[in-house]
Amino acid sequence: MMRKIAITAMSVLSLMAGAAQAEGTFEPQTKDVAFSFEGPFGKFDEHQLQRGLQVYTEVCAACHGLELVAYRTLGDEGGPKLPEDQVAAYAAQFTVTDADSGEDRPAKPSDHFAANTSAGAPDLSLMAKARAGYHGPWGTGLSQLFNGMGGPEHIVSILTGYTGQTKEEAGSSFHENTAFSTGWIKMPPPLTDGQVTFADGSPNDVRHMSEDVAAFLMWTAEPHMMARKMWGFVIVGMMGLFAVLLYLTNKRIWAPYKGRHQA
Amino acid sequence: MAGIPHDHYEPKPGFETWLHTRLPVVALVYDTLMIPTPRNLNWWWIWGIVLAFCLVLQIVTGVVLAMHYTPQVNMAFRSVEHIMRDVNAGYMLRYLHANGASLFFFAVYIHIFRGLFYGSYKSPREVTWIIGMLIYLAMMATAFMGYVLPWGQMSFWGATVITGLFGAIPGIGPSIQTWLLGGPAVDNATLNRFFSLHYLLPFVIAALVIVHVWAFHTTGNNNPTGVEVRRGSKADAEKDTLPFWPYFVIKDLFALAVILVIFFAVVGFMPNYLGHPDNYVPANPLATPAHIVPEWYFLPFYAILRAFTADVWVVQLVHFLTFGIVDAKFFGVLAMFGAILVLALVPWLDTSNVRSGQYRPMFKWWYRLLIVDFIVLMWVGGQTPTELTSWISLIASAYWFAYFLIVLPILGLVEKPLPQPATIEEDFNAHYGAQPHAAE
Repeated sequence: MMRKIAITAMSVLSLMAGAAQAEGTFEPQTKDVAFSFEGPFGKFDEHQLQRGLQVYTEVCAACHGLELVAYRTLGDEGGPKLPEDQVAAYAAQFTVTDADSGEDRPAKPSDHFAANTSAGAPDLSLMAKARAGYHGPWGTGLSQLFNGMGGPEHIVSILTGYTGQTKEEAGSSFHENTAFSTGWIKMPPPLTDGQVTFADGSPNDVRHMSEDVAAFLMWTAEPHMMARKMWGFVIVGMMGLFAVLLYLTNKRIWAPYKGRHQA
Repeated sequence: MAGIPHDHYEPKPGFETWLHTRLPVVALVYDTLMIPTPRNLNWWWIWGIVLAFCLVLQIVTGVVLAMHYTPQVNMAFRSVEHIMRDVNAGYMLRYLHANGASLFFFAVYIHIFRGLFYGSYKSPREVTWIIGMLIYLAMMATAFMGYVLPWGQMSFWGATVITGLFGAIPGIGPSIQTWLLGGPAVDNATLNRFFSLHYLLPFVIAALVIVHVWAFHTTGNNNPTGVEVRRGSKADAEKDTLPFWPYFVIKDLFALAVILVIFFAVVGFMPNYLGHPDNYVPANPLATPAHIVPEWYFLPFYAILRAFTADVWVVQLVHFLTFGIVDAKFFGVLAMFGAILVLALVPWLDTSNVRSGQYRPMFKWWYRLLIVDFIVLMWVGGQTPTELTSWISLIASAYWFAYFLIVLPILGLVEKPLPQPATIEEDFNAHYGAQPHAAE
């Protein structure tokens, strides 16, 4: 019975979806990127996170804050894993106002990245989870099962989605961008090929830098992702084992009553 | 406790008797666990245990989350991120709690639809059904307020839209809305009271669950045949039933474990699938999100709310007949609450004497259509309104009401039911073969 219902529901849904797509408004495009951290077995690549941190620091930080992230977490397992001295050195290049003394001092690892609202740009701490790139099929969002939410892909798509067209409207200039919700974004193209030089000589064209910084922002949005997946395997495994034991127990206690199964 | 004859707890001399004469708590637990349960219960009867688990999970994770959460508009969002980043395993607590709500509703919908198919709402189980509906309402209130607490964009705007429903009541609506919110708009007072009630209501639910269980332990469980357990003698009753412990406890726990494998996989590997990305943006009263969509479990009723727009003739007729008091917005609100009301009144709307849908050839088809209808409503509730989706939601909403108000009352009069087994034993043996009791 359930199968029949499912098939009926699916066919009704697909008919409706076909009609709905005929509408025709601007559809933002999300490029699919095969990130290392997708799927249950996916892991962050700490080198990519370190490159992403560098892109953020040298480019994005000019306008965007990262206020939910503490410097100390740059040394965490499952993150960029900077050595302790590098975390301290990284923090020390920024100045913060001490909450107790009210005086400026170099930042310590326990401080957070600065908030930055100077250009009216959104904070990036959670950006990779605050945008969904994938909504299909038929508006159910089920493709997220296989591709992730699409947040980091959305970031890559924005950074690489400029067409070069600009327009002036109400005193602001807008840049055409195939990934932005309305098609026109205020942010000028932030990256140019070769803008950031990586110490390890990794490719630094716009596409690669975009992927690196998107991966880094996925980590800032979900810093415990790898630990969470580990938890997932442990509890799924234990529960699976428990289910098998209960199945056998159940079968055994019912055996006197269900011995001669005829159906 | 139950009307079905069975063995009761006999305290042994000594401490057991001493305690039993003062507080018969062991007897209560014993009689609850040993309740005679129809032996032919199928796998649709496992969701009660899943729901009980969900309630415990939500209370346990929720109490710990509340230790780290701050219900203040400038700190709520950050305190949730503090849980996600700094609290030990805080990300697991929060994801278990957020997805636990989804499992809760998934289970309750199957539980309700199981009752609708097998006629579990019919006499003498009307009170069990009504208590169940109260639990469902309390769950919706709790889940709605819980979703406001992270104080993201969808929290804020969801709260604004839903409390706005009360504002649609003619005359007194705006005052009620202000009273609910604690001010002219969703603000700190709203967040505080929602937190307080979000903590309180689960315990109300727990109390209602006890009454729910008490009610069906008094009437006995329904079962897939809808035929009652024989109560003439203990021997007869035992041919139809087996004690809840261990037979059904182990069966239900096995099912729960399988469901939890899937649940934990969702929590571990795709915990944000059922959430809205917009809720990772802090609440901003000055920026309305492009699409304000409630959580998936509210979508069917949200679709009914939106279905009745001002251009629907029924709405216009009611508008005319009530001298303009019931406008389209209020009509939608009435329809939404009405959709739940007809569900609660189903014991008196269904005129058929046959309890189980298995023996109702016409009913089966209308029931299947209702499930499709519910899924369609859920889907359409999440879509951006277009002309097409408006039609779909209108037709689907109309069927929801038609099922309860037209189909069920008429079916009982015109349908020829199939022959039912005389006893539960007969049905069970037809599946598993007659089994001498000596086999024990």
